[in-house]
Amino acid sequence: MTEPLLQLTDVHTHIGPYHILQGVTCDIPTGSLTMLLGRNGAGKTTTLRTIMGLWRASSGKIRFDGRDITTCSTPSIAQAGIAYVPESMAIFTDLTVRENIVLAARSGPVDSARLDWMLGLFPALKRFWNLPAGNLSGGQKQMLAIARAIAEPRRLLLVDEPTKGLAPVMVRSMIEAFRALKAAGETILLVEQNFYAASALGDNVLVMDDGRIVHSGAMSDLVADQVLQQRLLGLSLDAHQ
Amino acid sequence: MTDIAVETSAPAELPRTKTDWVPLALVPALALLALPFIGSPSAWVTLTVAGLAMGMMIFLMASGLTLVFGLMDIINFGHGVFISLGAYATLIVLGPLAGWGEADSIGLNLALLGLCIVTAMAVTGVVGAVFERVIVRPVYGSHLKQILVTMGGLIVAEQAIHAIWGASPIPIRLPETLRGAFVIGDIVMERYRVVAVGVGLVVFIGMQLLLNRTRIGLLIRAGVENPEMVEALGYRIRRLFVSVFVAGSALAGLGGVMWAFYRQTLTAGMGMEVMVLVFIVIIVGGLGSVGGCFVGSILVALVANYVGFLAPKLALISNILVMALVLTWRPQGLFPVARR
Amino acid sequence: MTATSVIPAPFDESRSRAGFLSRALSSDLPRSRALSFILIAIVLTLALTPLLFSGSQPLSTAAKICVFIVLVASYDLLLGYSGIVSFAHTMFFGIGGYGIAIGLEKLGPDWSSVAIGLIAALALSAVLAIAIGLLSLRVRAIFFSMITLAVASAMAVLASQMSGITGGEDGLSFQLPYALRPAFRVFSEPVFGVMINGRIVAYYLVFFVTVGVFLLLLRIVNSPFGRVLQAIRENEFRAEALGYRVVAYRTAASVISALAATIAGGLLALWLRYNGPDTTLSFAIMIDILLMVVIGGMGTMYGAIIGAALFVLAQSYLQVLMDAGSKALAGIPLLPNLVHPDRWLLWLGALFVISVYAFPGGIVGRLRQGKQS
Repeated sequence: MTEPLLQLTDVHTHIGPYHILQGVTCDIPTGSLTMLLGRNGAGKTTTLRTIMGLWRASSGKIRFDGRDITTCSTPSIAQAGIAYVPESMAIFTDLTVRENIVLAARSGPVDSARLDWMLGLFPALKRFWNLPAGNLSGGQKQMLAIARAIAEPRRLLLVDEPTKGLAPVMVRSMIEAFRALKAAGETILLVEQNFYAASALGDNVLVMDDGRIVHSGAMSDLVADQVLQQRLLGLSLDAHQ
Repeated sequence: MTDIAVETSAPAELPRTKTDWVPLALVPALALLALPFIGSPSAWVTLTVAGLAMGMMIFLMASGLTLVFGLMDIINFGHGVFISLGAYATLIVLGPLAGWGEADSIGLNLALLGLCIVTAMAVTGVVGAVFERVIVRPVYGSHLKQILVTMGGLIVAEQAIHAIWGASPIPIRLPETLRGAFVIGDIVMERYRVVAVGVGLVVFIGMQLLLNRTRIGLLIRAGVENPEMVEALGYRIRRLFVSVFVAGSALAGLGGVMWAFYRQTLTAGMGMEVMVLVFIVIIVGGLGSVGGCFVGSILVALVANYVGFLAPKLALISNILVMALVLTWRPQGLFPVARR
Repeated sequence: MTATSVIPAPFDESRSRAGFLSRALSSDLPRSRALSFILIAIVLTLALTPLLFSGSQPLSTAAKICVFIVLVASYDLLLGYSGIVSFAHTMFFGIGGYGIAIGLEKLGPDWSSVAIGLIAALALSAVLAIAIGLLSLRVRAIFFSMITLAVASAMAVLASQMSGITGGEDGLSFQLPYALRPAFRVFSEPVFGVMINGRIVAYYLVFFVTVGVFLLLLRIVNSPFGRVLQAIRENEFRAEALGYRVVAYRTAASVISALAATIAGGLLALWLRYNGPDTTLSFAIMIDILLMVVIGGMGTMYGAIIGAALFVLAQSYLQVLMDAGSKALAGIPLLPNLVHPDRWLLWLGALFVISVYAFPGGIVGRLRQGKQS
């Protein structure tokens, strides 16, 4: 059996006096799209930030691609092949769309095939190519943030709530984009509150509560099992269906 | 530099780039407004050139500080000592090469000035690296401690200058051909001021090119906005911090050289004296903004010159008035920097 | 800075012994035997200086220590207790000095001139402190520091410009009320072999005002008001969320601190019979204050006593020591320059930097820690 691309073992994270992650254990297999669900404050964002090294795990182990990255610095984690799209998107508003992409391609110029593919996913970016990214709409900013994450080949994408605050039409095109990324063989860990988006995309699903993973399995099983949905995600179901 | 060719067909709903023109228009507007009050056009030209020269020198001294603040959220109250140090570093060159300065050759004179600048920037750059490591690095994140500890660094470094070069003021002479003034009709422009404007413009344009046309520049601009994301893209921002700190110190050294030849006297406290202006300028410009620092420097210096001519008593507090007015209009300065 | 080392524990045993001394010190006792000993020694020496030492030099040194105790303690209220870094403290110090100087010079040498000068100075300081506070305490700490630096330097320039009122760069010399002049005798005969003249009366005026203002400041920082200031320093947003008006509290702290600095300036002018830009307004004095408060111990109040005493003594006597060292090292390059008597600030500066890193509580914090471990 091959080792999963990313493996968290009993990860604990403290932020100031607060014990946020209380023993997260999970696997992200290569080539899968895993949805990370859970109510607000369950620890989803903290999980992504801990993987990225932006917050330090106080105990536990994070293995990526056969390597222990628990204590690695954020830049070396990024260099190892993990891209991160934070919830705030964190695009550089003062830089143009082009400059944002140029900066994200760390190892050199983006080759034209990749660029075409990227701009094919997010055609809107092409139109604003040389404008400051601050002028983009919320959805376009989200597209840029994801485009930035795939500006060069990465092993794993961590994406935090890409559909948050987007209009339904934008949510649909975002789902299309992730479908295309999945088809291209990217491994993705996606935090989502929107169960509709999540169920349309996910291969696997992880559900968090109170800083722990309370359920993990195939997405199709969760979609099929109304009772389980009700138990794990009661609130988010009501809100989105 | 990456070159990505994308055909840009401009559709109708393309959003406009919002360039903030008002602060930029402020400088020419001010200059024109002053003209009728001053009356004589020749006096106006002289004052304006003097103001521009002063503004450029302040810009040189302030640009490093504002950049370091923008990128690292560090305010270095000891920045002034790099100005003094740059000024004193000219002595290393002026001692053995005094002949170059007395020679009536513009080539040798400018070479001497250039050599002073290079030496000063090298010295302040190296000391800047040490200062960052010893004084600043342990206090990232705490403004209170930064202010205190960089003040401490200032005290120690000023005293060290005294210990090395002595405590009494040292006179220095401008190179021969840079003394005196150009006279065109009844317009008088001091030569050295014209040189100072030239140096200031070269540095400003150089910085703009660096910031806008190179990957390092992109990184700095991105880092000012969101250092965490720059790290998440795989860049080691620490190295960038150190290089910017060193560059900022070297720029202060360059400013120190220009300021020293302008005053023609060296004192260890000369940097701290001018720091008041430097602080006003970076507050007016918007902390962290190089363009704002440039506009702010010229604005403050022009106002000081015009007011000094029209109402000498008010000149010394005119800076405070400019600051108060700008802050009432834009509490974050002329060009507020987008932050996290 | 750790808050715990500054705020006495609620069940501090010393609080139950509510003797006279404890009440005078607002129950905020030194809490360290060595510290108590040093403080008692300093205060006793200051109290008895006119009797213990002859000549004007020791008396002047002691008076200067007293003035700086008030000045530094008032700065500690800002820096140590409120976490505000202001560079305008010398401005208030100067206003006090000029208040007394202008009052006595223009209105003649009597007590009513002293009162008018001081009251006018206090009023001006309060207005300026409120203005600066309301205008700039809402902005970030560094903004505030830079703005106060700019305002203070503008004030210094203004004072030397308005030579008609302030005497410009030369400053003002003036006559004191008769009771404070050297020619005045309290008793016709010497007491314990010392003739109690107006100079000694002036000294005790300085001394007792210092004691009074210091105890008042100590009371303020230990009052509920002082606790709120410290809460704001530790976490501004939490304090705001708890319903405290942060700007109002900080402005109040600025005003109290400014008033005390004004009194210190007045005392210095009374003692020197002179006030000028270099004695009260210069940036060098601002640096001295920073050195004293940080080396003595921020947020401790007692640090002001130790910092001021140490600094003024170093200024007067460390140079003698360094002179000897410099002579001993003659011949070695640079080293004699580093211990040259004029370089004493170099060493205090280094001590300052080390203090900020290694013992943020300064000497007082260090002594208290020593007691706990």
